[in-house]
Amino acid sequence: MFKAFLIKYAEIGIKGKNRHLFEDALVHQIKFSLKKCEGRFYVHKTQGRIFVEAESEFDFDEVVARLKQVFGIWGICPVVYAEDEGFEKLAETVVNYIDRVYPDKNKTFKVQARRARKDYPKESMEINADLGEVLLNAFPEMTVDVHEPDILLNVEIREKIYIYSEIIPGPGGMPVGTGGKAMLLLSGGIDSPVAGYMIAKRGVKIDAVYFHAPPYTSDRAKQKVVDLARIVSRYTGPIYLHVINFTDIQLYIHEKCPHEELTIIMRRYMMRIAEHLARENDCLGLITGESIGQVASQTMASLVCTNEVCELPVYRPLIGFDKQEIVEVAEKIGTFETSILPFEDCCTIFVAKHPVTKPNLKIIRRHEQNLSEKIDELVKTALETNELIIVE
Amino acid sequence: MEVYLDNSATTRVFPEVAEYMTQIMCQQYGNPSSLHRKGMEAEQVLRRAKESLAGLLKVNDKELLFTSGGTESDNLAIRGVAQAYQRRGRHLITTQIEHPAVLQTMHFLEEQGFQVTYLPVDPYGRIRLEDLQRAMRPDTILVSIMHTNNEMGALQPIAEAGALIKRMNPNTLFHVDAVQGFGKAKIYPKKMNIDLMSTSGHKIHGPKGVGFLYVNEKVRLRPILFGGGQQGNLRSGTENVPSIAGMAMAAEMLYKNYDEDVTKLMACKKAFIEGVLRMEGTQVNGLLPGYSGGEGTAPHVVSVSFRGVRSEVLLHALEERGIYVSAGSACSARKPQPSATLRAMGVEKELLESTIRFSFSVFTDRQEIDYTLKVLNEIVPMLRMYTRKR
Repeated sequence: MFKAFLIKYAEIGIKGKNRHLFEDALVHQIKFSLKKCEGRFYVHKTQGRIFVEAESEFDFDEVVARLKQVFGIWGICPVVYAEDEGFEKLAETVVNYIDRVYPDKNKTFKVQARRARKDYPKESMEINADLGEVLLNAFPEMTVDVHEPDILLNVEIREKIYIYSEIIPGPGGMPVGTGGKAMLLLSGGIDSPVAGYMIAKRGVKIDAVYFHAPPYTSDRAKQKVVDLARIVSRYTGPIYLHVINFTDIQLYIHEKCPHEELTIIMRRYMMRIAEHLARENDCLGLITGESIGQVASQTMASLVCTNEVCELPVYRPLIGFDKQEIVEVAEKIGTFETSILPFEDCCTIFVAKHPVTKPNLKIIRRHEQNLSEKIDELVKTALETNELIIVE
Repeated sequence: MEVYLDNSATTRVFPEVAEYMTQIMCQQYGNPSSLHRKGMEAEQVLRRAKESLAGLLKVNDKELLFTSGGTESDNLAIRGVAQAYQRRGRHLITTQIEHPAVLQTMHFLEEQGFQVTYLPVDPYGRIRLEDLQRAMRPDTILVSIMHTNNEMGALQPIAEAGALIKRMNPNTLFHVDAVQGFGKAKIYPKKMNIDLMSTSGHKIHGPKGVGFLYVNEKVRLRPILFGGGQQGNLRSGTENVPSIAGMAMAAEMLYKNYDEDVTKLMACKKAFIEGVLRMEGTQVNGLLPGYSGGEGTAPHVVSVSFRGVRSEVLLHALEERGIYVSAGSACSARKPQPSATLRAMGVEKELLESTIRFSFSVFTDRQEIDYTLKVLNEIVPMLRMYTRKR
């Protein structure tokens, strides 16, 4: 019965003169997300609203599931529309609508009519009253409550007449692409996809980098990261995933530096490489899934050491999250099942039994000097052999 | 150079088999149950396949049931017997080193109130007949023992076990999981007192998704799939005609060159074992004492532990050089945990995660063996340099 969706958007309503940019971005994202749905859709904005109208048969559940992944959408209202064929006909349509959408009639309601077309013969207040009466007659169990109705029945008179009452919550946030672009350090774990999701929710487009260490990490581990990026891309749109071969750098650090500091020094090189890629790709920041104290390399002292190697801001949206809270988001966005597949990533293969938890920046810097002979060459090679995978 | 040494996981299909199957899919595509000529053509193909397989095993062609492969054959044999004979007894015997298709089915039966005895193995991966003798009870309805172990190639004393079982309790049935053994060893169920035997097509250069179960005509079986009543109501579902025909053809081809192939495989295995043992810090698992060339074990499987090297890393390093092997057994590679089989054999804990399985086929030649040994000699010392420091 529903032929269209009215899209309610949240914060972008208040963005002043830039508002149309935000709306255009949202329309673009909606169009993109519906591409993979069965059916043809007409997405357009009109008088401060965005409408998605189906131009063919479509799968209601599939479309709603997709729209629930588009940042910037606050609510999705399934709409029934009718041609304007007089008030009698409208009343019939409304009764029909209530009958089908609410099997249980023991509810309070309020009619809220709006005339976008002023040549309609009745005024809004009149429509409210008349439709209210029709409904009370049709369904004696229903009562009117103008303050806190169970059902707020919207009737909008435009070219056609739009009827809706349900609001399905969207993900909120802002349309991707309105907030610039950032480089996500994506591993195969639980945290980093969630971090990418959270920053993307603020309208940020995501590029990603993955550090691959063959033969210590397998092609399946890499495939897992691609799969995770694909899940995140349902929300963010296409992701450019850079795969850096990190083996030689890692082995070189392993050879030259104290074992307990391996992870920290390795992380410093990852940040350096990520920043380099970020700048090359017009990103305005880095994103990591770090959370204070979760592992040795994420203590505050360790973050001091890994943070200092780059100048771009490093966004760490999970910094104050507990593991369980991260897992909850991962489950919600659908990355959890993939994240827990058991393939080793390059952070864990050589990890010391007791890595430093309070690294001293000066000492780390000094030990990094041990690498001076070959490291620049190795980093350069790693950047040159970067493999780009476009995930969508 | 591509060197495929993971033939216990699966094998390359013989090109002749692939061609034959294509022909059947495009021409004799009928449903063997259909009454018209197309159906009869397909039925003929099926009958020929059955006759040829029955001939190789020297059994009656009515005693073969086609299934979807080793797992289904094992399930049908074990659950089918347990259900049909539960009034006679509710005790089964198997070994600690069976494939999960057997072990998990046994666990399922335990939940249903059956009792199961799991026989241990000696350091060479073989059961002891004394243990089997002790485990036998008047209410034992089934003994299930694998023919060839998939992880290190141990051969079980099948004929001896068969004789022992029948001597102690003629009513006890004997199932053999011969998924790894069929085509590599000549197995004659009737001479070995085997009542049920599972096989799979894709381990013998046939297609995946097909296998068969030999069921002695005296055995009553309860089906585990219900439907249209094909194959004497024991395995409903339209027969997978092209795959069945492909499997039969592959088996014929293996049996034709049997002696020559096995001799060649054993020579490869011997050369490989000798080469590997010349390396520092290696151990070949399951070698019988006094048989340093692997005599007395399956001709196609070698399990090697490389001290100080993680098997997954070595596997991927070999992969980079075009050599495909398996860490433990392929079926368990999805959930990395130390092999139960190797543990049951008493392999040192430290070596459990350092073990690689090399498995050969008729396509394997000496040149590939030499190349693999050369690569191992290059990369193993290198990988040992970079390990988790303790």
